[in-house]
Amino acid sequence: MSPTITTSSEANGNVSAATARAAASAAASADASGPQPVTLAKALNTALVDAMSADSSVLVFGEDVGTLGGVFRITDGLTATFGEQRCFDTPLAESGIVGMAVGMAINGMRPVIEMQFDAFAYPAFEQIISHVAKMHNRTRGMVKLPLVIRVPYGGGIGGVEHHCDSSESYYAHTAGLKVYTPATVADGYRMLREAIDSDDPVVFMEPKKLYWSRDVVDLASLRASYEEGTTAGLGTEGRAAVARPGTDGTLIAYGPSVPTALAAAEAASLEGRSLEVIDVRTLVPFDDATVCESVRKTGRAVVIAEAHGFASVSSEIVARVQERCFHYLAAPIRRVTGFDVPYPAPKLEKYYLPGVDRILDAVDDLQWED
Amino acid sequence: MTISANHAAPGTATPDQAHQEPPENALTEAVKKFGITVEDYMLPARHLIQMVAPDGTLNPKDQQGTEPGHEYPLPGDEELLAAYEQLVVGRRVNDQNSALVRQGRMAVYPSSHGQEACQVAAALCLSDGDWMFPTYRDAVAVMARGVDPVQAMTIFRGDWHGGYDPLEHKVGIQCTPLTTQLLHAVGVAHAAKLRGEDTVVLAMCGDGATSEGDFHEALNFAAVFHLPVIFFVQNNKYAISVPLAHQSVAPSLAHKAVGYGMAGERVDGNDVVALLAVLDRGVKLAREGSGPLLVEAHTYRMQAHTNADDDTRYRESAEVAEWRAKDPVTRMRTYLTGRGLLDSAGEERIAAHAEAVARTLREGLGEDVPVDPQDLFRHVFEKQTPQLKEQSAMLADELARDAAATASSEEAGK
Repeated sequence: MSPTITTSSEANGNVSAATARAAASAAASADASGPQPVTLAKALNTALVDAMSADSSVLVFGEDVGTLGGVFRITDGLTATFGEQRCFDTPLAESGIVGMAVGMAINGMRPVIEMQFDAFAYPAFEQIISHVAKMHNRTRGMVKLPLVIRVPYGGGIGGVEHHCDSSESYYAHTAGLKVYTPATVADGYRMLREAIDSDDPVVFMEPKKLYWSRDVVDLASLRASYEEGTTAGLGTEGRAAVARPGTDGTLIAYGPSVPTALAAAEAASLEGRSLEVIDVRTLVPFDDATVCESVRKTGRAVVIAEAHGFASVSSEIVARVQERCFHYLAAPIRRVTGFDVPYPAPKLEKYYLPGVDRILDAVDDLQWED
Repeated sequence: MTISANHAAPGTATPDQAHQEPPENALTEAVKKFGITVEDYMLPARHLIQMVAPDGTLNPKDQQGTEPGHEYPLPGDEELLAAYEQLVVGRRVNDQNSALVRQGRMAVYPSSHGQEACQVAAALCLSDGDWMFPTYRDAVAVMARGVDPVQAMTIFRGDWHGGYDPLEHKVGIQCTPLTTQLLHAVGVAHAAKLRGEDTVVLAMCGDGATSEGDFHEALNFAAVFHLPVIFFVQNNKYAISVPLAHQSVAPSLAHKAVGYGMAGERVDGNDVVALLAVLDRGVKLAREGSGPLLVEAHTYRMQAHTNADDDTRYRESAEVAEWRAKDPVTRMRTYLTGRGLLDSAGEERIAAHAEAVARTLREGLGEDVPVDPQDLFRHVFEKQTPQLKEQSAMLADELARDAAATASSEEAGK
């Protein structure tokens, strides 16, 4: 038995044992000092290392997450660093993975589990909807489920069928789940740390086409500011980010669509239009204040998402903004989303995915002549 | 057809039949001790384990269904008397709750009438640090584990989805989505094992539930991670209206165990002596590290699925009558009386206990519990969202305006 495994001191507090700190050598070796180009994958990996170092009740498991380090390498090195009891492969059964995580969370652990691909999470749907989302409410908060379900999602990687779904709306629609989706490398780190530290269950949607995108960040200072900042309550949950300031219109995006929105804003600026880009970051809870502040300022908005538009997070955003900002709007809010068709084969996905041109067409439609 | 646990010795297997030897562990130790093959250890004994016959007499040892590796010591008298007391209480609880449904005091009650021996044994085999994961039909087991009767029935009272603290009692929620709770049991056992605790977890489900995918995933996970989980299947012969033959054509549900690399056993589910014997030993072995166990209890759901169901549409009354003769409460009373362990004074004391529990239920479920509409928003998240705060304020405003309107119309009516 590993002597380092104890019980989370945060959730389900009737159980004893304090959080075991230290083991920081792993974290220290995870990155060199100073700002440098870092991939989202590396930031997520570092967040896992740091969370596991900070709290020995944090466990990672799923399919191929052990020896292989995950098919996207997000869990690379965790088994070697923390041992097979802290990061391990399970039998190939997603409902089993989530259901076991529920039991572990009931009994003092903070599981971080990986659903290998968006569409592979569907066998776990009953566990997620009927238990993960409802346990806290059903037990009047006596049982907390501090678990994170990591879901690599979205397209744009030339994946075959069942590997490119945008499944966020299913989770966002379910009361009791928090849904995070980072779009930047720094947010990848911060938001995963926050998700792991949350006593509410979080579905953590990772835009897989951004795994290998790089930003220049300083992981050591991110770590330091996160660990100091959590106590001050300055989190990303429920706080959208202004990814690019602007004055003429607002592009509202999340996850994989944020870089596309930024590219569209850049192109628009060459045509003399100043577009603000809002990165929603956490779909649940949604930051009405930041989004509406921007739309009230600009008077025009386009919502961008890869998922099908019908009955989706993007339709929810349009409805919310319209309810709150109607009198500030110069034009109906437009949406640029995936078509209402099953995710297409690789050679067709460029026609399906929201792109810069389609976004600029939507922006052009925002009744500028008035 | 009798399914035998007698197999050819491993040495006689042809190469393409050669099986994978399980890893060296407490199970293989046990097998060595009993001098039988791993398969013979994992497969259920050839016959149902039964210690006390339906007429209340103790079976001779050679007719208890046991064989090497499947031998079960008779539980002690004190445990048997405690079990009988809980059987009487459990029967009274079932009948009282059914009456409360008829009186409109509870929305619904899935009764375990006829299955009380399973309910009682499931609770009594566990120690204080152990966990139980029940279903919606296991309220009697939940109460026998020490949960307040009214809190155990809150799920059916209509004011909240559950009443007791699962962490305080180490009893999971009375689970409705079939077999999903077996995986929670696996997770609780896994967490305990990682911390080096000797917790045993009893996971309950019915015969119909064994068709669900989570049954498979839970047994497989428990076996692969070698966890101390006892899967306790109450085979009460019906999944609402569908008989067992439509769920499975396996030789028995207990035979499924060997496919996962764990031991399985069949036991007379109306014989609390046999149930305790099998479960007590199962808990002991699991605690010692022999891994998971599947126990199938043959019992019978004497009443309809719930009060909303009509069982005359799918089964003959003769079949029900046949099982009435195997009643677990009567059987135990006859056995204990015959052994001189139970006299009329003891019976009276136990009956008074049962009546007190029934009174608690009548009083607890008879009172109108006030509901707070704001509870809708209070427990969805640990950290409240702005959206729910907004909706909560909206409802509060609605209610305040309703109250004001009612007050002013009352004023006008004066």
